[in-house]
Amino acid sequence: MSAVTLTDIVKRFGTFTAVHRMSLEIPQGSFVTLLGPSGCGKTTTLRMIAGLLDPTEGDISIGGRRVNDLPIHRRNLGLVFQNYALFPHKTVADNVAFGLRYRDVPKSEIEGRVAKALELVQLPNLGARYPKELSGGQQQRVALARAIVIEPDVLLLDEPLSALDANLREDMRVELKNIQQRIGVTTVFVTHDQTEALAMSDRIIVMSEGRVEQMGAPEEVYNTPASEFVANFLGASNVLAAESTGVNGDEVGLTLPDFPTLAIPRDRAPRIAGAGPAKLVIRAEKLQVRPPGPVSNGAYSIDAKVEAVDYQGQSARYFLRAGQHQLQAINMIDERPLPAGADVSVSFRAKDCAALPPETRE
Amino acid sequence: MAGNRNWGWSLIRAYTVLVYLFMFLPVAVVVLLSFNASQFGSFPMTGFSLRWFQALWENDAVVRAFRTSIVLGLMTAIVSTTLGVLAALALVRYKVPGRDMITTLLIAPILVPEVVLAVALLLFLNFLNINKSFFLLLMGHVIFTLPFVILVVQARLVSIRRDVEEAAMSLGATPRQTFFAVTLPLLMPAVAAGALFAFTISFDDITGTLFWKPGGVETVPTQIFSMLRNSISPEINALGTVMIVMTVGLPLVGAGIARYLGNRRGG
Repeated sequence: MSAVTLTDIVKRFGTFTAVHRMSLEIPQGSFVTLLGPSGCGKTTTLRMIAGLLDPTEGDISIGGRRVNDLPIHRRNLGLVFQNYALFPHKTVADNVAFGLRYRDVPKSEIEGRVAKALELVQLPNLGARYPKELSGGQQQRVALARAIVIEPDVLLLDEPLSALDANLREDMRVELKNIQQRIGVTTVFVTHDQTEALAMSDRIIVMSEGRVEQMGAPEEVYNTPASEFVANFLGASNVLAAESTGVNGDEVGLTLPDFPTLAIPRDRAPRIAGAGPAKLVIRAEKLQVRPPGPVSNGAYSIDAKVEAVDYQGQSARYFLRAGQHQLQAINMIDERPLPAGADVSVSFRAKDCAALPPETRE
Repeated sequence: MAGNRNWGWSLIRAYTVLVYLFMFLPVAVVVLLSFNASQFGSFPMTGFSLRWFQALWENDAVVRAFRTSIVLGLMTAIVSTTLGVLAALALVRYKVPGRDMITTLLIAPILVPEVVLAVALLLFLNFLNINKSFFLLLMGHVIFTLPFVILVVQARLVSIRRDVEEAAMSLGATPRQTFFAVTLPLLMPAVAAGALFAFTISFDDITGTLFWKPGGVETVPTQIFSMLRNSISPEINALGTVMIVMTVGLPLVGAGIARYLGNRRGG
């Protein structure tokens, strides 16, 4: 049974539609991420699940029960905010105990559960401190402990890592995922950071302008983007106009100027029905840039010229010109990158390509 | 050059001292003379004495005025603060139609000259055929202390993040429980400051009070005013000293307590 179900949810603010008709099932115990740029409706969706916003249309169920008319304080949710939102006038222990005090938990039990929660987030012995005496990372751990100590039906995380600095963010990412798996709580995570989404989620829901662009497992969303938006939002992609020559058994044929004729596996082009205009998508890190020379078997190859190089240490981003196309490639490098102006050969494999039908949006 | 500059600075320093003297000398003289043993409330000092304070204590009219002022001040503080907090909450946390208009109207009593406000309220009461009473005096004081409370509380409320309240509700607290467990404690410094403002403004006020007070009721300022009409008695110096201690000392003590609490829990 799914822990959270959204049925035909719509949210309008005046004449502006923040979330277009959206249906969603979140399985019990799973970690689901709403991913998208700011203003895509992901936070609005989370706040509707939380009960901080009322949907204009549609139903929300939690644990099989319709909760549209249930106020937030009776939904039994854990909520973690970007800015921690700890109670500054209460100690860490009192912060964590807050939810238990409104739940008829006997006093004798509260202390033990608070201690256990603080241990889970690796902050034992800090119960007597005030929030302002803790670092950002510690504060977010306290916020997490406060949210999970009440054993919520659903844990809602609104960009919880965005306020932390880069190194800490990566540590917390791993730890958060760990804790989630250990207690097995259904989790909805909102972020604009594709790395976080890919690393933590069981399922990713990519949103743009109030619409769901794609739902699926991280690998699925990454490897087979369902739209140009998804292709570009999850890492850098090359999206080129092409012409489909039709489905041929397990393969889809694609032609485009300055490229050899391509045969792409059918499962990489699920939405191509027949001949007609299409789009070729190749991720920047799948393009291999090499000095001109013979390429390995089964790979396609085109000639290109390096126009600019963005050196990034362990990798380099190349801006390439191949005939009429402008391409981007991100390659791991040994010692030094190829210089700007160099003639190169760019190779890629058929299975690293994906084909999309041209954008059709109502 | 250096000599010139030093000379300039000395001038500025001297000027500053003059400004302070101008501002505080009259007050200092009053305080000083209140301890004068002489019959007359003027220099020269003939010795140190607390007789005028004792005379004050034994003057029934003054003691009564004091009691009235303190009761009036406290009640003004309580009513103003309660109304002010509620108004600020409504204006900051809820989308009230005509919010800007309401804010302006609530703040307006600060901008209108007090005499005008006083006369207006009096004429209004006349028009309604309502007699002056202590209750109406209290309402008058509430009208012009309310803006201060609202301004102070509003400023603080804006800085309390909404997500702290949302967190409390997500943890199972009803909106009302959230207010008492989270919002109000965080608002406390502003509530205390607002209450102090209301008290000292009410305690000090003479203009409005002169117009509104019912017959036979005197507050300390109106009492001083009527005493001055007869003679300049040294008692008035003593009374002035007590007023200064109350209206300056009280906010200072309040600010000290607020700072202490703030440091302890990180307001």
